This record gives sequence, structure tokens and C-alpha cells, in this order.
Amino acid sequence: MKYIDEFRDGELAKGLGAAIRQAADPSRSYHFMEFCGGHTHAISRYGVSDLLPDNVRMIHGPGCPVCVLPVGRVDMAIRLALECGVTLSTYGDTLRVPASDSLSLMKAKARGGDIRMVYSSADAVKLAQQHPEKQVVFFAIGFETTTPPTAVAIKQAQALGLKNFSVLSCHVLTPSAISNILESPEVRQWGTVPLDGFIGPAHVSTIIGSRPYEFFAEEYRKPVVIAGFEPLDVMQAILMLVKQVNEGRAVVENEFSRAVTRDGNLKAQNLVAEVFELRRQFEWRGLNVVPYSGLRIRKEFAEFDAEKRFPVEYISVADNKACECGAILRGVKKPQDCKLFGTVCTPENPVGSCMVSSEGACAAHYTYGRYKDFQ
Amino acid sequence: MCLALPCKVVAIDGDNCTIDVSGMKKDISLALLDDVAIGDYVIVHVGYALTRLDPEEAEKTLALFAEMGEQALLEAAREIH
Repeated sequence: MKYIDEFRDGELAKGLGAAIRQAADPSRSYHFMEFCGGHTHAISRYGVSDLLPDNVRMIHGPGCPVCVLPVGRVDMAIRLALECGVTLSTYGDTLRVPASDSLSLMKAKARGGDIRMVYSSADAVKLAQQHPEKQVVFFAIGFETTTPPTAVAIKQAQALGLKNFSVLSCHVLTPSAISNILESPEVRQWGTVPLDGFIGPAHVSTIIGSRPYEFFAEEYRKPVVIAGFEPLDVMQAILMLVKQVNEGRAVVENEFSRAVTRDGNLKAQNLVAEVFELRRQFEWRGLNVVPYSGLRIRKEFAEFDAEKRFPVEYISVADNKACECGAILRGVKKPQDCKLFGTVCTPENPVGSCMVSSEGACAAHYTYGRYKDFQ
Repeated sequence: MCLALPCKVVAIDGDNCTIDVSGMKKDISLALLDDVAIGDYVIVHVGYALTRLDPEEAEKTLALFAEMGEQALLEAAREIH
């Protein structure tokens, strides 16, 4: 496929691997966090870490919306379906997320809940149009990439005068999560690893642009390189980060210039600002409560807010005590350091957040890397 | 979750368009993007075009990969000899 295959070329990867090995100073080590699950997946699937010298280590960040979705929010969706009797539509990604009482949306469906997978938020609106006798709730999750489509769906429902469509908004923001990793109180609890730089989000940045990361580069003196989700993009970004560190620079650079500008997609940003506003706080799985990190629906669109329309309250649920996701998401521990990894906790039966989606650090390591641990 | 693919626009109908990915066609929304033309590549996520792909920048990035790699491999070969 054009603009995909070229960015997975094995010969070019060999060259970039050599360039990284030459650039990396053997007298020091480099710790870079790839924020996004998309990058984590590419690194594991294409074996990028095997092409890196030993002193360049990649730390998998919390940028997987499925992984950071707290149990309590999935419980709300399940209650909407089972207790309030709504038709709950959602992206396929959320269906297997473990919730309270050994349930998931998939299991709630087996218990008779009307739960439907949709490809797009527009399909959820269509569902409401086709079934005026049903209350259709769209369980909306995702980062800045996925929020604009939800905003469009709400505006569309308003334009169509739909009275049976609402949204359970679980949209979250990437910059707040990055800040949290750099300065949250839990850093004291988990300890911290020195982070020398970040690989910045690919598709999130097509919407928000590269400007929001300038703060991290300036305030925390951390280099940020925005990169595409293909393996060569990731390798080039690592090379650019190594060079910045060597030269003592900390600026935002854009490797994904074919799709990301400094300002991002202003039309999408305006739509999101019109429909959504900041929540004072939002709980993330693995990161706990992060201030100003989630979005709720503005009161002008209150009739499309499922939290206002239905009696479902958010109840926080603690993660499994043995689960090390909190430390893994901060790069303090690796998936294989967790006692549950690969024993109780597997992609078929995920216990913690990092095993839930294929983009999670544990799931990626389980699928593509775990045999290397035994060599 | 943030999975998105570069797709070619082959037909436009108001706020919607048809994309072609290796022969597979699908209708998606252009509600988030203005001034899209037939033949453009757009990055598609959950049925919406997020942004246009800049072919010139894509070429430049690929050329940069090749240049970085060639230099490094030459350097590595010199070290061996």
C-alpha cells in the first residue's frame, strides 16, 4: 500500500539501525519514552528494539486509550446496557476490557445487553435514526484523534433533531498524561527512571499539531520528536532524539511532516472546543486521577450527554493489587517483571490495563517478544 | 486505537468521499477537512479523514532515511576495513 510499505522497508531499516549505533555515545545511556500504543506496537511487531544498541532503551508510555480506561467507566457502560436498557454502541476496542464482577461488555452482551460494535461514530448516529424506539448511547473513548469524530456525531444528531442519541464521553488528553508522568506525586511511590526524551504521538498530532509539546521541551528540558507509526518513522525519531541529547538540545522536531503541521487541524480543534469542555479531573487506569485530563460534553449539548440523561454515576474501582501496570506505564518496571505477566494475565484473560489492547506494553511484549526472555 | 491509514480519495459527494485502499472501496466523512480533491491521499481514522498527506514531505522523509542509512553503512564498512 502506498505511503505504508515504503515506511517498512527492511534495507532502509538496516541503514537507520547503523546510523543509530554510530550516533549513540557508548559512554552514556539513553531512555526514551514512546508515548503512543501505536509506536509500542510497531517497536514490538517489527523488532525495532533488536536493532538498537544496548544503551538505547525504549520505555512504553500510557498512550493507549483502551489501556487507560478505568474499570469504573466500563462499569457505567455495562450498567447503561443491563440496567437502563439502552442500546450501547461502541468501538470494538472496548468490548474485551475487564470490568467489575468478572464482566466485560462482551459478557454483558451474552447476558442479554443490547451492545453493538460500530466502526464509526457516524454509524452510531445511523443506528439511532433507524431505531427511534430505542435509546442509543455511544460509548466514546480515545485521545484527540478520536474526539473530533465524536463531536461531529453530536452535531449531526442535533441537526437531525434526534431525541434518542447520547454519548458517554471518556475522551482524554495526551499533554496532561505526559505532564503527569513527569511530575505526579506517584513518581515518589514508584521511583522514576531518567527520561531523556519522548517520541510524540502521530495521529493525535495531526489534530493538535506540534505546538502543545513545545511546553515540555522548554519547561522540562526534554526533547520531543513527533513520529509516524511505521517502523522506519520510529527509528528515524530515535536517531533524532539521540542527536538532540548528544548536542544538549531539547526542542520539538517533527519526523511526521507528511501529516503533521505546527498548528494541526484547526477545523477539528474548533469542533471539539464547541462540543466539549475540560473535566476538573479524570481517572486513568495506571495513572490514577489526573487533573484536567478528560473531556465532558458542554451544557449546550446536555441532551446528548448520557451522564446527564441516565442515572449512572462513576464509581472508582481499584486495580488488581498484584498488577504492576502503574509502574510499567511509567517505565519503572518491564512487563516481564510482573508476577501476573503471561501466567494469570494474558491477552485472552487480561487482568491489568497494559494487557487489554494489542497496543498495551504487556500485550505487545506477550505477542511479539516474550520468547526472547528465555534466550 | 489511534490506528489510521493513508487512503486515496477517488470520488467526492458533498461532505463524504469514497476512498480506495488496495482496491477496497469505502465511503468516509470529510466533515473534519476542507478543500479535498480527487486523487489526494488523506489519513483516515474511524471513518473520518483527519488530514491530507503531503506527498512532497513523504518523499523528503524517505530520501532522508536513505541518506542517513547510506552514510552510516559506508562509515560502518570503513571501520571494518
